[in-house]
Amino acid sequence: MKTKENYGSAILSAFEYLLDNYPEVFVIGQGLWSPWYVGNTMKDLDSKFGKDRIIDTPVSESAVTGLGVGASLCGSKPIVVHPRIDFMLYAIDSIVNQAAKWSHMTGAQSHPGITIRGIINRGGEQGAQHSQSLHSWFAHIPGLRVLMPYSVADARDMLIAAALSKDPVMYIDDRWLYDTKDELDPISEKSISEFKPKIIKYGEDLTIIGSSFSTKLALGASLELEKERISVEVIDIRTLNPFDSKLLIESVKKTKRFAVIDGGWKNSGFSAEVTSSIVESMEPNQLLSKPLRITLANSPAPTSKPLEDIYFPNISSVIRDIKANFFL
Amino acid sequence: MNDKADLLTRLINPKEFQEPLDVSGYESSFLYETLYLMTQIRLAEEKLASEREFGTIGGPVHLSVGQEAMAVGISKNLNKKDRVFGAHRSHSHILSMNPDFHKLFAEVLGKETGFSRGMGGSMHLTDKKNGFYGSVPIVSGTVPLAVGAAFDARRSGTNNIGLAFIGDGAIEEGVVQESLNLAKILPSPTVFVVENNLFASHMNISLRQPMRSTCRFAEANKVENLLVDGNNVLEVYEKSKVLINNSRNDGTPCFIEGVTFRHYGHVDWRKDVDVGVDRSQEDIEEWMKRDPIQRLSIGMFEAAIISKQDYQNINDEISQDIISSWEKAIKDPYPTEDKLLTRVYCNED
Ligand SMILES: Cc1ncc(C[n+]2csc(CCOP(=O)(O)OP(=O)(O)O)c2C)c(N)n1
Ligand SMILES: [Mg+2]
Repeated sequence: MKTKENYGSAILSAFEYLLDNYPEVFVIGQGLWSPWYVGNTMKDLDSKFGKDRIIDTPVSESAVTGLGVGASLCGSKPIVVHPRIDFMLYAIDSIVNQAAKWSHMTGAQSHPGITIRGIINRGGEQGAQHSQSLHSWFAHIPGLRVLMPYSVADARDMLIAAALSKDPVMYIDDRWLYDTKDELDPISEKSISEFKPKIIKYGEDLTIIGSSFSTKLALGASLELEKERISVEVIDIRTLNPFDSKLLIESVKKTKRFAVIDGGWKNSGFSAEVTSSIVESMEPNQLLSKPLRITLANSPAPTSKPLEDIYFPNISSVIRDIKANFFL
Repeated sequence: MNDKADLLTRLINPKEFQEPLDVSGYESSFLYETLYLMTQIRLAEEKLASEREFGTIGGPVHLSVGQEAMAVGISKNLNKKDRVFGAHRSHSHILSMNPDFHKLFAEVLGKETGFSRGMGGSMHLTDKKNGFYGSVPIVSGTVPLAVGAAFDARRSGTNNIGLAFIGDGAIEEGVVQESLNLAKILPSPTVFVVENNLFASHMNISLRQPMRSTCRFAEANKVENLLVDGNNVLEVYEKSKVLINNSRNDGTPCFIEGVTFRHYGHVDWRKDVDVGVDRSQEDIEEWMKRDPIQRLSIGMFEAAIISKQDYQNINDEISQDIISSWEKAIKDPYPTEDKLLTRVYCNED
């Protein structure tokens, strides 16, 4: 029996499943007692599961995240929610120095199985400090798993896998995807390592690679290009760290052209990791065209509407850039 | 300490302190200017509320309607060489240093002529030449910056101060404790101003902290501190004057907490009784009776300093300014596209 879900309700379903089946799960973060920042993704969890398991907090990201790490060392499965990635920067030490290193530093005798949910919340003229998608930073850190669901099914299943994983996991969801709809199979638990890059559309002429909202752009652009008889393969990265580029390389060996769309900056961004991991596995003559990276300009997010409109890539800007780069 | 506890009990009860202010002993011109500035801030923000509701403003606006006495009472003790920092709810702060409606409106609309040249919007304001260094929406982000700005003022031999306007929620960020300790030990003449409106977005302070006053954090760091009626502009002015002057003279920090309340919800024009945890329409109505502008204006009517008609004229005059500033801002240009990249670095060379 399939159920109709959207990306937001799929996240809610994952929380309900985890809270129903795993008493060791608790959820902590700002906004959990009000639909304030987190849309429909946490709706009524506090009344269903109690305010001792769904915990709204003081404005203290650092201590709240550290608390999650500590509790996870003792058997709890905490999910720490940050309604914006920008707010989470106060918690970097707990994430990068503590959680990500703990297993290695302790000789793999102890593992902080914490899930950190960071929400990408941008646009709407909110500007520089209310817009960032810092997945590239986090993907740089050994020991920290970084997941970015694009599909509705992944939004649900990755959150469950993240919470059940013994490793620290950064689960990043994007508010611009919350209305995406799909019909989902009943929940079956999957291991976190199953969420490898995936072909979500087959094609012959060009591979476009994305993650999260960028995958949506890739797919949207590919459907338009298809109308002009350009056959595009679209790959959704899903797991940024540890990153497995095998499927990407196979695809590009077939299409011989590729573009990467990334919601971060170009400068030392994840798009560079994707590009180099493909290029270094190719012979110089295996590509028909130089690769293309579509990213944010190397600037903070502006607030002014006309600047904001050119700052964030959209389907038509993606098509324009692709046509220009590949002379299609 | 008990006096403080009693005062706090009364301050958080909106049925208290509703009476008009006793204005005896103040110069009429001082009272008039104070009332004028508070009314300017109020009407400017009411304009923003309605334009946001109407959709002319595309980004969020965090309004301080109801809290004007804090910004105005404090700013009357500041000068343009001081170094003031704010947060997400800082229209009142920047206007209290320089009530330039046009620059504020233009900024909120993302126009080149705004306080931040259209690059910051409502949540990132700057007006350095009038002492307002910057406001940002990362809660507590500017608090250590104010400590640093104060440290610089001291180092360069001035008697200027650094000042951070924060909320009762901001106090919960660890960096504020570090800043208090640091400002004390260096020392650095930092004025920490807490506008305790009893809420951090949807959450009542009683759900977030063991006490409803934040002065204990100052106490713990031996920073001189005061709890005041944040809706009494004369009290804010008088009491902060003593502390701010001490900071200027001794180079040490101080901490002023005013209990107040915002009439609007956390963001934009709504009241947020639906999404606020422990925020009721009745409370809002009670708090409206402790309105800081009403208390001052009625006090001034009763003392026959101005008439109701005078006050109506003030309102009309300010409203006219607001209308013409808004119209000008609406017609102003946006930053050109190249500004996206040319303003990332200083580009002096
Ligand atoms: C680091 C960080 N965490 C969370 C937020 C979300 N947020 C914005 S304003 C706010 C409440 C702040 O409360 P307070 O300091 O009391 O200021 P007030 O809104 O009452 O003026 C919160 C939690 C943020 N902007 N930055
Ligand atoms: Mg507050």
